[in-house]
Amino acid sequence: MQLPPESLGGWGLVVALCGGAMRGSIPYMFVSLGECLTEKSGKINLGMEGVLLMGAMTAFGVSDLTGSPWLGVLAAAAAGLLLGALHAWMTQQPAVNDVAAGIAMILFGSGLAFFFGKRFVAPMAPQLPLLNLGGWSHTPAVASALRISPLFFVGIALSFLLHWVFTRTRWGLQIRATGDDPQAARALGIDVNRVRFFAITAGGGLAAIGGAHLTLYFPGIWSEGISGGQGLMAVALVIFARWSPRRCLAAALLFGGAQALGPSLQSLGINGYYHLFNASPYLLTLAVMIATCSPNRSLTGMPGALGKK
Amino acid sequence: MKLKGPDLFVPLGAVAAAMLVFGVFCAALGVNPLGVYASLWKAGFGSWYSWQNTLVRASPLLLCGLCTALPARAGIIVIGNEGAVVVGGLGAITAGLSTAQMPSLVSLTFMVLAAMLCGGLWIAFSVALQHYRGVSAVISGLLLNYLAIALMNQLIEGPLRDPSSFNSPATFPLPLDHRLGFFSGTHVHHGLLFGVIGCLVAWFLVERTTFGFSMKVAGGNVRTAKLVGLPVGRLVVMAGFLGGACAGIAGMVEVAAVHGRGNESLNAGYGYTGILVAFLARQSPLGVMLFSVLVGGLVAGSGMLQRAHDLPDATITVLEGTLFLFILLSDTVYGRLKIPGGKANAVAA
Repeated sequence: MQLPPESLGGWGLVVALCGGAMRGSIPYMFVSLGECLTEKSGKINLGMEGVLLMGAMTAFGVSDLTGSPWLGVLAAAAAGLLLGALHAWMTQQPAVNDVAAGIAMILFGSGLAFFFGKRFVAPMAPQLPLLNLGGWSHTPAVASALRISPLFFVGIALSFLLHWVFTRTRWGLQIRATGDDPQAARALGIDVNRVRFFAITAGGGLAAIGGAHLTLYFPGIWSEGISGGQGLMAVALVIFARWSPRRCLAAALLFGGAQALGPSLQSLGINGYYHLFNASPYLLTLAVMIATCSPNRSLTGMPGALGKK
Repeated sequence: MKLKGPDLFVPLGAVAAAMLVFGVFCAALGVNPLGVYASLWKAGFGSWYSWQNTLVRASPLLLCGLCTALPARAGIIVIGNEGAVVVGGLGAITAGLSTAQMPSLVSLTFMVLAAMLCGGLWIAFSVALQHYRGVSAVISGLLLNYLAIALMNQLIEGPLRDPSSFNSPATFPLPLDHRLGFFSGTHVHHGLLFGVIGCLVAWFLVERTTFGFSMKVAGGNVRTAKLVGLPVGRLVVMAGFLGGACAGIAGMVEVAAVHGRGNESLNAGYGYTGILVAFLARQSPLGVMLFSVLVGGLVAGSGMLQRAHDLPDATITVLEGTLFLFILLSDTVYGRLKIPGGKANAVAA
């Protein structure tokens, strides 16, 4: 998105960052919500980077072939469900380590995405329509920052929905019980394997929608470097958000803003350390992890069975 | 290390199963799987010339495989290999360019040491974060990969840039006699020696020394290790340093033997493929030797798939991913198969 912020002076950076946060947060939002759902059931899916790439490629391909970006979003979710189901099935086999399985799924998912995506590298697919909320402003920078993808609002709604599911519904209770203490959950008559299969599969589906945003939003192209580790950072973000869907939302906005820092500074003419500024989300994630993790492994809000066999 | 029946049959069975599934994948796309495997064999192992290609690919893989395999013995999954290769390469080119006036052997020694130090500290940092702060080394390792690549781009487009490199930014080249040579009559460079020696030393270290044994105890059960008075933190971080130093040398070899300068090709994916090698080898240094050659052959064959079958180069990534999934699934077989002499043998992970 090209912003001419000179007219706004220092505020230009703020507007660019806020606009960037609303655009850039979408993949983080969906992947972290999907991961939150997965981890609430007591399992980790580190393979979200592969899911994100697969979602991005599928959404782009289906949108290009059918002309309907919304079909692309649905197809991406379906691809994510399949990868999620594979991860869920694998990690339920005895002696299969879920962290190692996640690494394998990153390789497998990105391999499939690059394989099928080869033919789509050049063209441009139909993009999702944008909601124009900045019509009232005469400043082009503000107006363009307020052209928002509908997926942004879908993501916000989802985070509140998930919060409601976790705290107010029978399903949510079953998922939390499974994640906190599978033995006790079994004693209550909960089918732990089925609950986990459902949570991990659905989590993959959610995450893949974030991938759809990567290719169905400006500039609307598919390339192999498109996800740039966002799937992985979103996994770290769930720890930062202490396994709460609503805090995932806030953290996603923060990360989206950090991602916009490099391009925003560049648009202000500051491009001396372009590559280093662009790396700020990675640095931020690392800093946040160092600040919030603890070696004795008892973090508030952490599902009890997480990381245990 | 005594090889037991399942140690050999289970991984080979997993490889065979993965090849079968990948074959079905190819057939479903209308490509003859037997033709694909024939091409891969021809491009990787069919002639002395293709063997040389395979060995060139295998030499960074040997070192990158160790980067995951060594810390795995101390119970930590390291996947920051790619970043360690990149910073190792950057350290090597910096040392190489600043010692360009010195004799060739001195300069090469400095390059190796700088690469080991950079790569080693890079991975040791990530391992120390896991041990002392509880930050998953998997996550920090992948983040550090992206940071290393950003650092590389910043350096080769900034302070280290050779002004005559316009379209693809690179550093100044190393003097011709300050590069690694080739085995006579081949295009296999001496970097292969680093890999082979690395694997042998690592095997000796892990299987024949007190340090290696302490490392395995720390990786097996931290409580036991602490009870018998082992310095767990130091052992784990040291294992990370040694692994990272190996990946750093891989970066040095790419700089000093393949490219002759530091450029974007440092980030060629050997680090990621090294993770696969280590898991296929079940984290054993000698296994890394075997599977580096096998996977090196696959990597060497990816161009052939493009030319002969019009398949994209990511085809090899799909095959690698399938292999990875099956080798992990094969872990589940260990406890269940009743083979005489075989018993549950879970990798410390």
